[in-house]
Amino acid sequence: MSVLVDHFDVFVGGFWLTFQLCILSAVGALALGALVAVMRISPVPPLRWIGTAYVTVFRNSPLTIVWFFAAFGLPALDSNADFLRIPGLSSIFSRLGIDLPYFRFAVIALSLYTAAFVCEAIRSGINAVPPGQAEAARAIGLTFGQNLRYVVLPQAWKSAVVPLGSVIIAMIKNSALAGFFGVVGELSNSAQNLTSALGEPIIPVFVGVSIGYLVMTVPLGILLDRIEQRRAVAAR
Amino acid sequence: MTERSDAGVVAGATTTDRPLIRLDGVNKWFGPLHVLQDVDLSVARGEVVVVIGPSGSGKSTLCRAINRLEPINSGTITFDGQPLPAEGRALARLRSEVGMVFQSFNLFAHKTILENVTLGPTKVRKEKAASVRDRAMKLLERVGIANQAEKYPAQLSGGQQQRAAIARALAMQPKAMLFDEPTSALDPEMVGEVLDVMTSLAREGMTMVVVTHEMGFARHAANRVIFMADGQLVEDAAPDEFFANPRSERAKDFLSKILTH
Repeated sequence: MSVLVDHFDVFVGGFWLTFQLCILSAVGALALGALVAVMRISPVPPLRWIGTAYVTVFRNSPLTIVWFFAAFGLPALDSNADFLRIPGLSSIFSRLGIDLPYFRFAVIALSLYTAAFVCEAIRSGINAVPPGQAEAARAIGLTFGQNLRYVVLPQAWKSAVVPLGSVIIAMIKNSALAGFFGVVGELSNSAQNLTSALGEPIIPVFVGVSIGYLVMTVPLGILLDRIEQRRAVAAR
Repeated sequence: MTERSDAGVVAGATTTDRPLIRLDGVNKWFGPLHVLQDVDLSVARGEVVVVIGPSGSGKSTLCRAINRLEPINSGTITFDGQPLPAEGRALARLRSEVGMVFQSFNLFAHKTILENVTLGPTKVRKEKAASVRDRAMKLLERVGIANQAEKYPAQLSGGQQQRAAIARALAMQPKAMLFDEPTSALDPEMVGEVLDVMTSLAREGMTMVVVTHEMGFARHAANRVIFMADGQLVEDAAPDEFFANPRSERAKDFLSKILTH
């Protein structure tokens, strides 16, 4: 197990990069997923169709395929996803700004894929709000957007937060694919370097890697349990 | 001015003679079920119309059609001379002028009673928060729950919630109020407090369409009683006349069932 001590910096570096990838992808997935959810319940039929098509495609495709299209399809379209080189943001998340585009492709693939699940979690929250709430809001003259903003979403949020958390936990675990699509030095990829390039024993290395993921997912899980318990007390 | 009101002025009638709510040949189906069958109805300004009838007769649907919470399949509904617009901003504006009170109150569960009452005026009408608050407190005082203003709906009794819902509708200063079985979900001892508020509204000249099973309210507060059965308006009469001499067999049958116990 000495590899955990000897190469502690490698694990920390991998953890840090995976963490950055997950933060950016979670923000992207939550924003895009919320947008798609609103589209799916919008009174405008074409928006509903687009929303439904989005969920159908991205929820039903393997992540590997989505990622493949991001990592190979975008370059084929002559794009290096440079729109994600946002000046202020790339000073915090340094990988966003570098010339190699694979970190940006990873953010895009994870965000697109996860957004479909975020959309469905938010929509299940919206469906949990009694229809009388939206009806009363319409009856006093609120428009569709005001209805969502002031009446439906604040209540939907409460029942969506726990399933949303599960979606994000799944996303963190899914980020382990990043190494296969060129993101050098993320948590799973650093394990490969240690085993194949430096000849470190496999089992201890992967124990270290799993600890890295658990450090992200377990606290999130505990936080969700807390929120759920508080809800259960409030409902009594 | 709309064409209709110009015609009214030419004919020597003032605009107040024009019915506030008018339904012409309204039909509505739920799948194969024909819930509103060629319904014609007009409600004048200041009139209180009580709609009664057996369950499934379409009376709630009629009430909900007036502010288009329930879209109709054919016919026209006009409110204040204006045909109901399609879903969108214009409809939202029209709905803001028609108060609606639901059987299940439907107070916004995540907002306090005061916030429930102020939401419409501040967001729909963009009124100033301070003046809305004053008006909301006066309304809550009027319906007798000013001391509950900071509580959440779940902390109130059914009767208090329904009075809050009436205050919420009144805060929009509506031209008419629709009541869809406002006392049906209440414990018996709370029915009176809600009916009292409604009676005082009726006395002040509010235009009201009230779907209810409260025959006492129909007798003393209504100008007209409409009896519905199987999606049709079967009778339309003054309350005294209706309760003393129902003309149709359906109404006689209905009244004998509810008045014998």
